Parts: sequence; C-alpha cells; structure tokens
Amino acid sequence: MIRTPAKTNLPVMLPYDPTGRVAADPIMFSRWLASMPIWVLPMMAACLVLWPAIAHAASNYSYGQATSALFKWMPFIVLDGFLLNVVISLFTMIFGTFFGVLLGLGQISPAGWIRIPAKIFTQVFRNSPWLVLLFVVLLALPFEITIGGVIISIPDWTKAVFGLSLPVMANISEVVRGAINSVPSGQWEAAESLAYSRRQTLWLIILPQCFKRMIPPWMNWYAILTMATPLCSLLGVEEIITLSRQAIEAEDNHPELLVPFFGFALLIFFAYCYPIARWTVRLERRFQVKL
Amino acid sequence: MPNDNWTPDQPLVSIKDVRKSFGSLEVLKGVSLDVMKGEVICIIGPSGSGKSTLIRCINALNDIQAGSITVEGQEVHTEKLDKLELRKKVGMVFQQYNLFPHKTALENVMMAPIKVLRKSKAEAEQTARALIKKVRLDGKEGAYPGELSGGQQQRVAIARSLAMNPDVMLFDEVTAALDPETVKEVLVTIKDLAQEGMTCILVTHEMGFAREIADHIYFTDRGVIVEHGPPATFFDNAQDPRTKEFLSQIL
Repeated sequence: MIRTPAKTNLPVMLPYDPTGRVAADPIMFSRWLASMPIWVLPMMAACLVLWPAIAHAASNYSYGQATSALFKWMPFIVLDGFLLNVVISLFTMIFGTFFGVLLGLGQISPAGWIRIPAKIFTQVFRNSPWLVLLFVVLLALPFEITIGGVIISIPDWTKAVFGLSLPVMANISEVVRGAINSVPSGQWEAAESLAYSRRQTLWLIILPQCFKRMIPPWMNWYAILTMATPLCSLLGVEEIITLSRQAIEAEDNHPELLVPFFGFALLIFFAYCYPIARWTVRLERRFQVKL
Repeated sequence: MPNDNWTPDQPLVSIKDVRKSFGSLEVLKGVSLDVMKGEVICIIGPSGSGKSTLIRCINALNDIQAGSITVEGQEVHTEKLDKLELRKKVGMVFQQYNLFPHKTALENVMMAPIKVLRKSKAEAEQTARALIKKVRLDGKEGAYPGELSGGQQQRVAIARSLAMNPDVMLFDEVTAALDPETVKEVLVTIKDLAQEGMTCILVTHEMGFAREIADHIYFTDRGVIVEHGPPATFFDNAQDPRTKEFLSQIL
C-alpha cells in the first residue's frame, strides 16, 4: 500500500483505534491510484502500440492488421461500450448515495429498531462479493414485467445498476456513519444545551460539518465502482468488455487481438479514473487541515 | 407541571442527595445545594471530584441514579421532562467553547433563537449584535470560530448561550483551556453578567476570581461537598482538613 510520500523519516503515531487495528484509510484506493506518476498513461499507450510489434513480428496476422482492427472498432467500443459503463456508474452512484445516506443515518439512529437493521444491512452488503450480488439481482429480477397487459422489458443494464448499487450503498453508509462520528461530541452537547432537537442538531450542526469530509471517500467509491463495472459483462450487459469480445470475434478471433483490445479497455479506464483519484487525494489534503 | 407552584423566593436550582455513577464508579455520592435567583456560586475542588459532572446533571446532559434536581421547581430527572423546555432556561458554556465551526460568530449567536425559539431573523440578529457588543467583540460578527482566539471564541460561546435568554448560566471550567493572557477577558465578561443579576453556577480553578464574584463557594472532593460558605469565611477560615490542604496547595 502506497501512502502519501513521507516528508521526513521521523516516527509518527498512527491514529488510535481501540480495537487494536491501525485505522483504515478511507481513500486507500484513490491514494494508490493517484500515487502513480502521470507518465503511466503514455507508458501504457506505448506498450499497447509496441507490444504486438515485438511479440508477433513473425506471425501471419500482422501488427498493422490488429491495430487497424482496433481503430476500426474503437468508436463502437467507446461510444456504445464505455459510455454505458459510465452511465451505469453514474446511475449506480446516484442510487447508492441516496440509499447509502439513508442507511448511514439509520446507523446512528437512537431507535434500536432502525439502527440494528441498518447496521446488519450495511455489513451484509459491504462484505458480500460484488459479483455474487450482481448474479443474485440478475436472477431474482424478471426480464420483463406486465402492467395492465403492457409488457415492459427490463434492460440488463438497469439490473446491473441495481446489483452494483447494493455494495456501493453499504459502503456509502459506512462513509456517512464515519463522518458523523468524527464530529467531536462537544458539538452535540453544545447544540443540546442550546435546546436544539436531535433532528435540528443533526441537520443544522453535524451534517454540514460532515459534508466536506465525506466528499473524498465518496469519490473514492466512485472510482472503485467505475473499475468494477466490467463485472456486468458477465451478465451480458453490452458494455466495453462485452463489446470488445464481440469485436474480436467479428475479426475472426485472432489471439493477437486480445492485448490491443483489452489493453485499450485498461487504458480508457485508467484515463477516466486517474484524474478522479488525483482530485480525490487533493481534496482530502485540503479538507484535512480545517475542522 | 409542578413549576406552576414555583415562586422566585424558592431556590432556582435545588439539588438534593444526588448520586451519579459511571458504571461501577460512583462520582457523586449524595450532593445537595441550593441556588437562589441572582446568586453566583462557585464549585471548586480537585480534579475528578465530580464538579463538572454535577453541573452537567443540571441541564440533563448527564442522568443521575438517585436524588433530585429541580430547576424553577421542575424536576429534571424524570421521564416526563421536556428537555428542550429545560434547556431554554439553563444556558451552558463549555471548557472547549464548542462553537459551530461552519458558522460565523454572528450566526452562532443568532441561530438558536431563530431555530429553537422561532424568533424572526431581524429580531434575532438585533439581539445577537447587541450581545456580541456586550461581550466586547463588535467587529468580529463575520469571523469564523477558527479565526478567533480562544478567549474570543469563549466570549462568543457566552453570547450564544445568553441569546437564549436563560434564567441560569452554567460555566464548566470555561477558562481552563485558555491562554493566560486571554483568561481575564472572559472573566470580565462573566463578572459583568454576575453584576447584572444573572444566576450563575461556575466550576472553576480561578480562586481569586471565585473569591471576588461568588456569593457562595462549594468545595467538593471525591463526590461529596466537603465544605461551603461565603468566600470570606471559606478562604480565610476553612475548617475541614481536606479544604485546608487543597487551599494550601493552590493559593
């Protein structure tokens, strides 16, 4: 795990966690991604371009052919495929955030009948494999519904949004709970002693202070989610990986096509998520200082 | 409501045989004291003697296990207590100021009257500006807590509490976290309040200050009130050995 590069070699005391673990880093993924130097992107592109030239110079399917196949299919892969990944990630984030915030607020509710189910819900979906959740949702939901004689088909990608929303929701729930708990208890007491009701305290005093702290981990989850959208190809959703496979098949399944096509998918995900990760780490640093 | 029977000649705050435990640790072992309207009392004593816990029980931030606390005749520790009504009467200022960091000084002061007392914005703002002036911070209305010194923040906190127009003010070691040079400005503010007739209950380590403004001093140690009396008698003629020892250490 690569953390922020140390400015000194002085020993530091890590945040105290009563359970004895070292406190988890809420934006670990973004920190890892953002820790890559900017030249990784052109490097990856260069590898992609040069690899077939080196590895398959002697093959009967030439480097030029593979590259031109990729260029031919590129608009299709990007505009039909990757764009769907982005759409899925955005919708998932909207639903995941909405329900995650509700669940997170539920987790700090003083009423046990709200708090305990919210905690169980959060832990179950946070600790389930994403792919399993996707399959459950795919198989549990019908592919079409009939309302008053009208058959409405449910496109696969909306089911994928549903399936991915579950773990995102659970993780956003933890982000919200963590941010609320990070506000010093003195703020609650001060508000209480000024006769604010609990709801007013939460909405007027506590949540406005949490909002900034929640943005970096929230963006971190967006990057993780986007990277996870190719899982949907296993459900047959026509996103970038599915379409790349289809394109390779249409080009007679030459094994030489695998690296250019999937390498291109890697590149485009990296190009999309890397700036988000850099931005996340920047925001985290900026918000860290002020209380 | 029992407080219909309350008249100003009865104690404003009355504490009787209060016991309070945190788990198996009993921090208050039967404490009683009365505070009349307009009176200023100081609670002093060594660390861990239960001073802060006691005043936090008065506005129900802590609960108690036995005994009773009444504010204007209203029992504080009962199921049917309307906590919000109680806290409108009891203002509190904390050691760590606890200003709302995302609001300016003015907003900190005027927010509760608007949101809790449902006052109009204009009225609340007028009161808030007057209070900020009263704590000698005019010109700092637009400053965020992070931009103010500790002493200034604490004075905003006092103004914020006063904006609710409380009948009694609780001060919980309000100068303990301050730099020595800013302690005085906060003490002057409290003194002004006391002289205007505000009922004040202070937990403090400032003995000179306690002697100057208090009508009555209570000395607590290990969860009980060891000795109490008017400042002159208390400081110059302490009877209990524990009080004498404490005073000899700090005076």
